[in-house]
Amino acid sequence: MSFITVLGLLPLVGALAVAFLPKSNEKLTKQVALATSVAVALVSILMALKFNTSEGGFQFVESHQWIANFHINYAVGIDGIALTLILMTTILVPIVFLAGWNESEGGRWSVKTFYILLLILETMMIGVFAATDIFLFYVIFEAMLIPVYFLIGGYGRGARAAAAMKFLLYSLFGGLLMLAAVIGLYVISTNQIGGSFDLTQLSHLTIDKPTQNWLFLGFFIAFAIKAPLWPFHTWLPDAAKAGTAGTSTLLLGVLDKIGTYGMIRFCMTLFPDATKTFTPVIITLAVISILYGAFLAIGQKDINSLIAFTSISHFGFITLGIFAMTSQGISGAAFYMVNHGFSTAALFLVSGWMIKRRGSSQIADFGGLQRVSPVMAWSFFLAGMSALALPGLSSFVSEFLVLVGSFGKYPVAAILGTTGIVLAALYVLIVVQRTLHGETTPGNESLTDLNLREKIAIAPVIAILVVLGFFPKPVLHAINPTTAVIMQNVGVSDPVAKAGK
Amino acid sequence: MNANNLIVFLIALPLASSAFLLLSGRKSDKWGHLLATAVSATTFFIGAYEFFQMHSRSSADRPLTQKLFEWISVGNFQVNASLLLDQLSICFVLLITGVGTLIHIYSIEYMSHDQNRRRFFAYLNLFIAAMLLLVLGDSYLNLYVGWEGVGLASYLLIGFWNQKPAYATAAKKAFVANRVGDVGLSLAIMIAFTQFGTVSFAGVKDGAPHASPAALTALGAMLLLAAAGKSAQFPLQSWLGDAMAGPTPVSALIHAATMVTAGVYLITRSNFVFDASPTAQVMVVSVGAITLLFGAIIGTAKDDIKKALAASTMSQIGYMILATGLGPVGYAFAILHLLTHGFFKAGMFLGAGSVMHGMDDEVNMRRYGGLAKAMPITAVTFGLGYLAILGVPPFAGFYSKDKIIETALNAGGTKGILLGGATLLGAAITAFYMTRVVVLTFTSAKRWDDKAHPHESPILMWLPMAILAIGSVASGFLLSSGSALVNWLQPIVNAGHHEHGEELLKPLVVSLLALAVVAIGVLTAVFKYRSVPVQAPEKVSVFTRAARKDLYQDSFNEAVLMRPGQKLTSGLIFTDNKIIDGIVRSFGAVIAITSTSMRKIQNGYVRSYALIMVLGVLALIATVWLVTL
Repeated sequence: MSFITVLGLLPLVGALAVAFLPKSNEKLTKQVALATSVAVALVSILMALKFNTSEGGFQFVESHQWIANFHINYAVGIDGIALTLILMTTILVPIVFLAGWNESEGGRWSVKTFYILLLILETMMIGVFAATDIFLFYVIFEAMLIPVYFLIGGYGRGARAAAAMKFLLYSLFGGLLMLAAVIGLYVISTNQIGGSFDLTQLSHLTIDKPTQNWLFLGFFIAFAIKAPLWPFHTWLPDAAKAGTAGTSTLLLGVLDKIGTYGMIRFCMTLFPDATKTFTPVIITLAVISILYGAFLAIGQKDINSLIAFTSISHFGFITLGIFAMTSQGISGAAFYMVNHGFSTAALFLVSGWMIKRRGSSQIADFGGLQRVSPVMAWSFFLAGMSALALPGLSSFVSEFLVLVGSFGKYPVAAILGTTGIVLAALYVLIVVQRTLHGETTPGNESLTDLNLREKIAIAPVIAILVVLGFFPKPVLHAINPTTAVIMQNVGVSDPVAKAGK
Repeated sequence: MNANNLIVFLIALPLASSAFLLLSGRKSDKWGHLLATAVSATTFFIGAYEFFQMHSRSSADRPLTQKLFEWISVGNFQVNASLLLDQLSICFVLLITGVGTLIHIYSIEYMSHDQNRRRFFAYLNLFIAAMLLLVLGDSYLNLYVGWEGVGLASYLLIGFWNQKPAYATAAKKAFVANRVGDVGLSLAIMIAFTQFGTVSFAGVKDGAPHASPAALTALGAMLLLAAAGKSAQFPLQSWLGDAMAGPTPVSALIHAATMVTAGVYLITRSNFVFDASPTAQVMVVSVGAITLLFGAIIGTAKDDIKKALAASTMSQIGYMILATGLGPVGYAFAILHLLTHGFFKAGMFLGAGSVMHGMDDEVNMRRYGGLAKAMPITAVTFGLGYLAILGVPPFAGFYSKDKIIETALNAGGTKGILLGGATLLGAAITAFYMTRVVVLTFTSAKRWDDKAHPHESPILMWLPMAILAIGSVASGFLLSSGSALVNWLQPIVNAGHHEHGEELLKPLVVSLLALAVVAIGVLTAVFKYRSVPVQAPEKVSVFTRAARKDLYQDSFNEAVLMRPGQKLTSGLIFTDNKIIDGIVRSFGAVIAITSTSMRKIQNGYVRSYALIMVLGVLALIATVWLVTL
């Protein structure tokens, strides 16, 4: 068994253990779940240490026959981009557990079920980034909807059932399109190489242009819904509003990345020609997302939907970087995915604590928190600074890489994207002012500051944002060789400096 | 220790101190301000040591670099965290740490009654660290980190008393206006990278001669936009007046002496770009000329002493920016004026703070009057700063401002007349509004009620003022004797290639001309403010009304940017809810009907979903099976 399989099985083992615990002992349930997720995080760090960062291809590769008749394998392997996303996931899960220690109480189902769902989800999140067999990927991609559906619908707030359903329908729609494309791809492979779902083998197929375009769209739309890209985004704010802070963190921080990850892993690898054909359209959608998300964020009255719209803007940046197809663009986008994960986690977790204490998620209900609960206010402020990509925090490095990587090839898109930094200042500082500054408004006088558990949960997130802001080197070194492989595969190279020597 | 390796401590010490003070909480309340001040003083001593070391080396060996670590490396985008201490940056290091330390000392007393004094000093240290990074970074991207870092410090300090909504708004406004400038800096860096494949100062300098004029002009324009944001230049000037919401020592340090001059540093640092693009230079001098008049005019109508000084700062930086557009020697004079201005303006701001301290935080000059008697030291130090900004010989401004006027007049042709005229007119208006400040505050009859007990400030406050006053007197002479600063900066800005042949007006003529217009300004103010009404007169000319309203800068921004932006936002929210989501919902309705009918077969969402899953997988397998048959 490779590292990946061990890593993927661990949360399942934890889920199984939780399942045998008595329902009444909620504390033990939480402890076992937390211990499991910490163990997973440690194993993933061990795996990262064993990872060879000078190689761009798949490592820790493992393949077993699964359904022989259809050439379906259990095949996994990770490259630099998958590794960093898996690490982000496994580090975020224990933080989410710790941050939302009590958020599973008062759900439609038991605390136990909540943690079983989350641990199963963790296995799937690891699997989806590690799958190198397209059928395996598709199965996980779809199966993930089940735990998320229950997590939103069963443990969320407000119109949780409707939000969960909207999320489900959107995802199913995308999934069906992808299913069609997967079948199409398999059909072509049977004609050319006797049938395969193996990513590497499929990438060597010769597919005529029109077919490539259709198959590309099948995958791309599924990923654009997941990411989400404008105009496929309207499920996200509802889901973010309804989910618990932890669910929203994993939904926007990890699950949405499957969309942008899929664009790199599948769209670009399998259909290089179609990728080039659709690039102008996608760059346009990306820029629209950046600006549209930012404008809508400015106008939001609910903290969680504000965070959701900032994410739509940020996914615009990620998509722009990917389809700029330069090393700075792709590496920047991959690094952006990691940073956005932590940045969004900081925003959702802190706002979750604020909302829980205040009993409202309306921005207007807050005010003057800096004087009442300084640590909570500072945490929210720093999360906001990360969202607006302040230099010194990791999100600046990735956002700048995306922009500088796009500017050479798509100057107009890059310029429009850059104006997004002014809008980002607005959407962050407006909510900061309304919630943290000013006189302490009625209802906020006695909000308690963060307790020790919450401080322990948020500290590593902020530490990661700061440390990677100054030393992004380890992550970038892991990503760069993979970026090179991807670019070589698509057949693009970086533009040369015009006035260089 | 090796002089090279010390550079990083200039940044690391105040940064560490700031982080420590913020994280240690109330425990360090008692001595936090002392730590911060000691750290700031230490950076000054390191700076002074570096200066003397540098001075003792030959010109070619003066620049030092210190590579810290690899920062960002992707493809050919390679940026190290690396510092450059050369003749230009050392000037700023001494200014920042010197004035910075004086202001730390002053603040110990000024902020002594504030329960958040420790936090205030943490922000000050953060500012020092960021500002030093700004001037020490060896590439545009390193500079950018400091650039936004000072913006953050400025935001935190303007909003230090953010429980007052207006102050919180002022902080936000400053940050957002600065971010507009940062778009310029971001784009400049992108242009530099696509053109030269590097973003280091040295690399861009080497590549500049090979670049197209259009590229250089674009690069120059974007750098100018950045400078306009940070240095409150037209059209991004509107935040500076509101920034006076911050505690007065902050106004002195950040919004007068150092941060707002960062734009001048940026353009001077990028001299190789502007020297190669006459178009960009025209933009630079235009922005400088417009702002120097804009600020001066606003300054004539402000009753708030800090806002009058802020308008003055805007105007004086306009002089500096204008100078940087005048070619090699202009840079040196811009830096000269920047340094002398650092002394006299910081001194006058601290003077204003001292007056407020003695007058229960009153800022309205119409409620001052006759304070020279009650606060003699403040009045004298302020007076010396006043003489310096007017450009009266032998005070500091005489050496720096006259040189800018002279260079502008000698630019030749219509350009010379326009720019020279603007600088002279600016000098006259400056004399007017500064005399107005002095008359209203110190010399006219008292207009405060008996509840106020104006008194001189304690030594911790007046000592920094006195030291800055000495600078206001002597710095111009010292920096100019034997062209000391010009020669010092020559290797950086090529000021040696002085266009001697084209001197239209002799320095003496220029000085007499300047003194004449200054005298007119002074006399007009003295005459006009023989008596001062406590209430600002309502029946005033259109011009005064416009100047009081900051020449309608806010109304303009609100009409052109803010309201359309708000309309756009609400329009987009409508679109998103009704149209995009509406389309989705109508699809949803169709699906809902389907799922309802499915639910009749099954028992709930869950199972119907499971059914869909099973059907989907079955369909897949069936299709694949059919195809492979």
